[in-house]
Amino acid sequence: MRADHSRPTGPATGPADPSVTVRDSMTTSLPPDTDTPPDPAAGLLLPVPDDDGAPFWEYAARGELRVQTCADCDEPRFPPRPCCPHCQSFGARWQRMSGRGRIWSYVLAHPPLLPAYAALAPYNAIVVELAEAPRIRLVGNLVAAPDAALNSVDPARLRIGAPVKAVFPTPPGGPTVPRWMLERP
Amino acid sequence: MGATLKDATAIVGIGQTPFAKRLPESEKALACRAIIAALDDAGIAPSEVDAFASYTMEETDEVEIAKSIGAGDVTHFSRVGFGGGGSCATVGHLAAAIATGQASVGVAWRSRKRGSGPRPWTSTRVQLPTPAQWTRPFGLLRPADEIGMLARRYMHEYGATRDHFFNVALACRNRANQNPAAMMYDRPLTREMYMTARWISEPLCLFDNCLETDGALACVVVSAARARDCRRRPVYVHAAAQGLPAQHHGMVNYWNDDPLSGPAWTAARHLWKGSDLGPQDVDVAQIYDAFTPLIPLSLEGYGFCGRGEGAAFTEGGALEIGGRLPLNTGGGGLSEAYVHGFNLIIEGVRQLRGTSTAQVPGAATCLVTAGEGVPTSALLLRS
Ligand SMILES: [Zn+2]
Repeated sequence: MRADHSRPTGPATGPADPSVTVRDSMTTSLPPDTDTPPDPAAGLLLPVPDDDGAPFWEYAARGELRVQTCADCDEPRFPPRPCCPHCQSFGARWQRMSGRGRIWSYVLAHPPLLPAYAALAPYNAIVVELAEAPRIRLVGNLVAAPDAALNSVDPARLRIGAPVKAVFPTPPGGPTVPRWMLERP
Repeated sequence: MGATLKDATAIVGIGQTPFAKRLPESEKALACRAIIAALDDAGIAPSEVDAFASYTMEETDEVEIAKSIGAGDVTHFSRVGFGGGGSCATVGHLAAAIATGQASVGVAWRSRKRGSGPRPWTSTRVQLPTPAQWTRPFGLLRPADEIGMLARRYMHEYGATRDHFFNVALACRNRANQNPAAMMYDRPLTREMYMTARWISEPLCLFDNCLETDGALACVVVSAARARDCRRRPVYVHAAAQGLPAQHHGMVNYWNDDPLSGPAWTAARHLWKGSDLGPQDVDVAQIYDAFTPLIPLSLEGYGFCGRGEGAAFTEGGALEIGGRLPLNTGGGGLSEAYVHGFNLIIEGVRQLRGTSTAQVPGAATCLVTAGEGVPTSALLLRS
C-alpha cells in the first residue's frame, strides 16, 4: 500500500492553509481598496479550484510553478487528476518547473465578451508548452510586466515558438494567477 | 458473428420548425412541433412511439415530450452528453435499441433557443471546476476562443490560411442561398466581406462562427422491415459511431500528445469498421460546422485526405455542388441554422430522398458528423 501524496501536507510541500490564498467561493476578484493602485485584473474570473487542482494555485501564490507528477512512474500530468493514467498509481508529488516555455498557440479575443474582458479587448490568450515537459501546456496570458494587464503586449509581438517565462502577479484584490512574459522583451 | 447495426434500421420521418433569431414559442412547444411533423412525415401515429433519444443541453426531457405528443409506453430512452457532439449518437442509440428489440419506433430531436436565449459562456455562476479553472481566468471564455487556439496551431503546422476557412464558409453560404428555410437564404457572402469582417477570436472572424438560432428538428427511426411500409423512401442507418479518444479533454484539447487529432479520428475508425463503404464512396457530407476550422480537421479525421491536408482539400471548389465532396448542402450551422447539428442529419436524409434544395445528383451515401472537438458521433446513411 502506497502513501497518498496527492495533496501538500505541510511547509515542505505546500502551504498549510489553502484558504489563505485561494478564495474558492467567489467567481470574480474584489474591487481594489481606494488606497491601492487599480488592479488590472479587477473583474476577471478567478480560478475555481477543484480538489485535484487546488495545490497548483497554492504553489502559484508562493511564486512557484509546479505540475502534478506521478510518485511511482514520474510522468507529469495536466490537468491534475486523482490517479496516473500511465500506471494507475494514486501517489503524486508536485514537481517544480523552471517556469520557462514556448508559445504553442494564441488567440486575440474581441467582443462579445464578459464586461471586464471586453474592457481589455483585444487581449491575448496563449497556450505555453513547458520547457521541461513539452506535453504539459498551460493556458495563460502574455503580459509586459507581472502586474500588467492582459492587453499590455503589442499583438504583433505574439509568435508561436517564442520563449516565455512565468511570472506571478500579486494583485491587491485576489489570488495569484500566473502569467507569462517574453524572454526577450 | 455478433449483431450488427448495418442497414438494420432506417430514418423514415423528418420534421422541423422555422429557424429564426427569435421564435415566440417555448423550447418545449418547438420540440413537440418538430416531432409531430416528423411522425406525420413517416405516417406513424405518436401513440406508437416507444423510444426517445436526446443529447445534453436539451432543456425539454422525454417525460415532457412523451406526455405532450401522446406517446405510448416508452421502453427505451437515452441522453448523450457533450452538446453538439451527441447529435448523431441519438440516432445511433435508437438504431441499437431497435435492432436489438428494445423498442420499435424511436424519436430523436433537438430544440434550442440559442437565438433569443443567453449564450452559455456568459454564465459566471455555472462553471465546471475542471477544466474551467485552467482556461476561463485567462479570458479563454468562449468556444470560439477555445477552437481559435487549435485553429492557429493548425495554420502554423500545416500552412492553412484564412482563405481555406473562407472556402468552408462560402460553400455553406452558397448552399444556404439555395435553401429558403435557411437563415442566410437571401444573404450572399463574398471574399471581401469575409476578409474585412470583424474579429471574434483571431484567427477566427464573424463568418468563421456558426449562427445563433431558435428552432427545432426531429427524426423517426424504425426497423428496416417496418421502413418498407412507411410513407417515404427509407434512409438506412448503415453505420453509427461515437468517439471519445484516449486522453481527450473536450474543446480545450491542449493537454495530450496530439491536440490536432480530435474525436473525429476515433469515431471514424469505428464508423468505417462497421461499414461496407469507405470515404471514397461518400457522395455528400454534412460535417459539423460550429466553426470553419472544424471542417479541415474533420476531413482529415474521417479519412477524406491525409493528416494536414484538410485545408488544401477545400481548394478548387471541392466543397461545392459538383466538387469532390459537396458539403453541408442545406447551409449547415454556419448558414442554415445552428441547432447543435441536428439540421445536418435532416439534410442528410433529404439528400438520400432526393429532395434537397441543393441536390447532389444520384446521391446514395451521406456522412453526417456531430461536433468535433468534443466527444463526438457520426452516421453513415445510405438510400
Ligand atoms: Zn504513474
